[in-house]
Amino acid sequence: MNRLIACLLLFASLCAGSARAAMDPALLAGLAADESDDKIAAIAKVAALADADALRVLVAMSKDNLMIAGDKFYIADGDKLSDAATGAELSARPDGLDSLTINNRVRSALDSALAGLRLFSPNRDKRYAAARELQDSADAALLPLIERALKSEQDAEIRTLLQYAQAVANLQNADAAVRLEAAKALSSSSNPSIKSTLLSRLQKQGDSYAEADEKVRAEIADSIKQIDKRLARADAIARVFTGVSLGSILLLAALGLAITYGVMGVINMAHGELLMVGAYSAYFMQGVFRAHWPDSTDWYLVAAVPLAFFAAAAVGVLMERTVIRFLYGRPLETLLATWGLSLVLIQAARVLFGAQNVEVANPGWMSGAIEVLPNVVLPWNRIVIIGFAGFVLSLVWLLMNRTRLGMFVRAVTQNRAMAGCVGVPTARIDTLAFAIGAGIAGLGGLALSQIANVGPDMGQGYIVDSFMVVVLGGVGQLAGAVWAALGLGVASKFLEGWTGAVIAKILVLVFIIVFIQKRPQGLFALKGRFVES
Amino acid sequence: MKRRSFVKALALSASIAAIGATSFAAHAADTIKVGILHSLSGTMAISETALKETALMTIDEINAAGGVMGKKLEPVVVDPASNWPLFAEKARQLISQDKVAVVFGCWTSVSRKSVLPVFKELNGLLFYPVQYEGEELEKNVFYTGAAPNQQAIPAVEYLMSKDGGSAKRFVLLGTDYVYPRTTNKILRAFLKSKGVAEADIMEDYTPFGHSDYQTIIAKIKKFASEGKKTAVISTINGDSNVPFYKELGNAGLKATDVPVVAFSVGEEELRGVDTKPLVGHLAAWNYFMSLKNAENDAFVKKYKDWAVKAKLPNADKVVTNDPMEATYVGIHMWKQAVEKAKSTDTDKVIAAMGGQTYKAPSGFTLTMDKTNHHLHKPVYIGEIRADGQFNVVWKTKEPIRAQPWSPFIPGNESKQKL
Repeated sequence: MNRLIACLLLFASLCAGSARAAMDPALLAGLAADESDDKIAAIAKVAALADADALRVLVAMSKDNLMIAGDKFYIADGDKLSDAATGAELSARPDGLDSLTINNRVRSALDSALAGLRLFSPNRDKRYAAARELQDSADAALLPLIERALKSEQDAEIRTLLQYAQAVANLQNADAAVRLEAAKALSSSSNPSIKSTLLSRLQKQGDSYAEADEKVRAEIADSIKQIDKRLARADAIARVFTGVSLGSILLLAALGLAITYGVMGVINMAHGELLMVGAYSAYFMQGVFRAHWPDSTDWYLVAAVPLAFFAAAAVGVLMERTVIRFLYGRPLETLLATWGLSLVLIQAARVLFGAQNVEVANPGWMSGAIEVLPNVVLPWNRIVIIGFAGFVLSLVWLLMNRTRLGMFVRAVTQNRAMAGCVGVPTARIDTLAFAIGAGIAGLGGLALSQIANVGPDMGQGYIVDSFMVVVLGGVGQLAGAVWAALGLGVASKFLEGWTGAVIAKILVLVFIIVFIQKRPQGLFALKGRFVES
Repeated sequence: MKRRSFVKALALSASIAAIGATSFAAHAADTIKVGILHSLSGTMAISETALKETALMTIDEINAAGGVMGKKLEPVVVDPASNWPLFAEKARQLISQDKVAVVFGCWTSVSRKSVLPVFKELNGLLFYPVQYEGEELEKNVFYTGAAPNQQAIPAVEYLMSKDGGSAKRFVLLGTDYVYPRTTNKILRAFLKSKGVAEADIMEDYTPFGHSDYQTIIAKIKKFASEGKKTAVISTINGDSNVPFYKELGNAGLKATDVPVVAFSVGEEELRGVDTKPLVGHLAAWNYFMSLKNAENDAFVKKYKDWAVKAKLPNADKVVTNDPMEATYVGIHMWKQAVEKAKSTDTDKVIAAMGGQTYKAPSGFTLTMDKTNHHLHKPVYIGEIRADGQFNVVWKTKEPIRAQPWSPFIPGNESKQKL
């Protein structure tokens, strides 16, 4: 945005060569009116100038940068201050400088006015954004501008949007034939806001409809039906995405447990705290980057990946060596001991980082979203996490199935005595496998830090979900964990859509209880003698 | 079950040990003990930690000015850890073991409800600094936050006004517990009285600590595309607000399209969020840090100095908010009442509280109502700015009297004079 202002200032200074008059102060004075109605009228007047000055003033106003001192107006840009009317930079700050506040109503008037001005920008992206802004909010006042833009616009995508904008503005036309045409033109849109605009024409005000002509009403209803069809499809896509996104998070949280509990049979109640260690690694790395490499803060997350893995793995080794290895084969004692360990870890985090949640910012490349369809917006942080879950999953699969260590781990789980007899160092394998499980939990925590709150007891919220995934998937099976996580994710998102988050959570738990009763071995059961033994 | 009681026992013993350490020096000196009961861990810590700091700062300020009736105040801080039953245990401990004269504490209504029986039984005194749902008037409690008619109702009226966007459809979104449920019940009745149809109201709740708001945002978007201007009224509490606002920003739901007005989100909760995509979303409170008046300037400066002195994390970036102001006003009013009553006895202080006034950072002289234990408060509605502060876009001309028993709930007709 600052670049835009800079461009505009440059443009303004180029124009200044031709002895340009400053903006009329009376025009500006209207912007500081008390009533929103007067402010909006003043904005329309300024916008009607349609020059660089008007754009500069309106951009400043929409960003809360337009200042007033006495009856003079100024534009703030960081520390710099310039006169709003002339654009000349000021050296001293005038007394009583105060920013001009606007409310949402004024802001949306400003947005439309700015969009109108930007329709003729040489920059394609800006024109596109302007046309998008106008497509559902255009009114008769903007119509001449839109029609002029349509004449010169070459880009097909922008043209479509402008045609929608034109049609939306024409919905208010006095001529019923024009309105009919407009209603028809809008049927090809898939934008919920346009649907909303159309619906508002069908509403009754007193005894009469907002749209007086019956034919036009029928046409509008028809257009709405067509838009609805497209919206429903997009809705399904969005739901599946949110489900997969939740599934990927469940998977990341549960994958480490799938190794420690699923493969090794350790009921690790401190699993959630291993996630927490991973999340705090992200926080720690962020602090290091902010202090030492402030320019590349955005990449702290990449650097945090190995840290999260090794920090959590180190905690895991410590746990295994000092406590768990004495308790193999005694699930109840393991449960109590690891639960005690979880309390110790929570308290340690409180002492080290404080009891309050810490702020872990999304890096720039994970903020924002891509718009696949007008009502399907996929946030970057979730897309990255889905990708990351795939990456971690393939890593685990390779490790377990393609390396010597993985083979040893499988051998030890299947028959410990026999593996020991043929020379597998079982104790060391136990430690290593536990460390890997813990490290993967750390990676899961790293991902969680990007969407959930990071605090000492964050792990408590995931321990139940993690066990749910592993138990549902079938103990000892990675593939089971994957299907269970995705299934639970999609199922709870679809349920949430119908019943709300609270009931959905209960329903999912009920489902799992019933399922485990009917099929205690989970979705995928290992076949073989050792399971029965 | 075993696990739970074990946690409690562990937490209790740990805190008893901590209390023992802090109150060691107290027995000899002539002090008045003051209890501070705010969650310093768990889901509510995001909001409540700052209130503990404000209380400590105010006590420090009063002590520096000579204390109360010549005695220094001695704070006793406990951590009920966002665990509602633990609130009651800690309250009991403060009153019967530590013998505090007054307790400043609680944020969520469920925590207040859980300590109420304790305060009634032991005849303690609680100052509750947060806006709440009303429907309560206890002799042992002074409410320095807003009742619904001092926050929720004016905010909805603003949304329905022309400047607020003339909203016709409403999403009532909250955390699943007593405050959002009751507030939404009141708001539903209020909206109906304004002619809003049942079909134009959507109510949705999430559990405490919920962190996945994708579905809800998608639902709001869908609900908003039905031809009428839609607004969201959020009573989400605690750290769920961070993922909620993050998702809101990522999903590109702009305030000019669907404004979200929040009742439990202030400067403090927004500290961990990138507020640039949230510009224009609203909050209704009785105080904002951005208010310009001499009392507020002094209050903000005091708190910033305190943050440096107490070595709070990110001390250069601390903010003040409405419940902090209410805590500050509450402690000062309690001091005035004690001085008027010349005693810290609960009943005498309660009698002296009615009619107390204090020139508050909200820019008005606030009065404790003579009968209903609530403050007369001004109402401000603010829009979020890019820097995480609020622009006041609407305010009342003067403080308004609280109606703890909302006239919009049937059965409350006889209680309007309280």
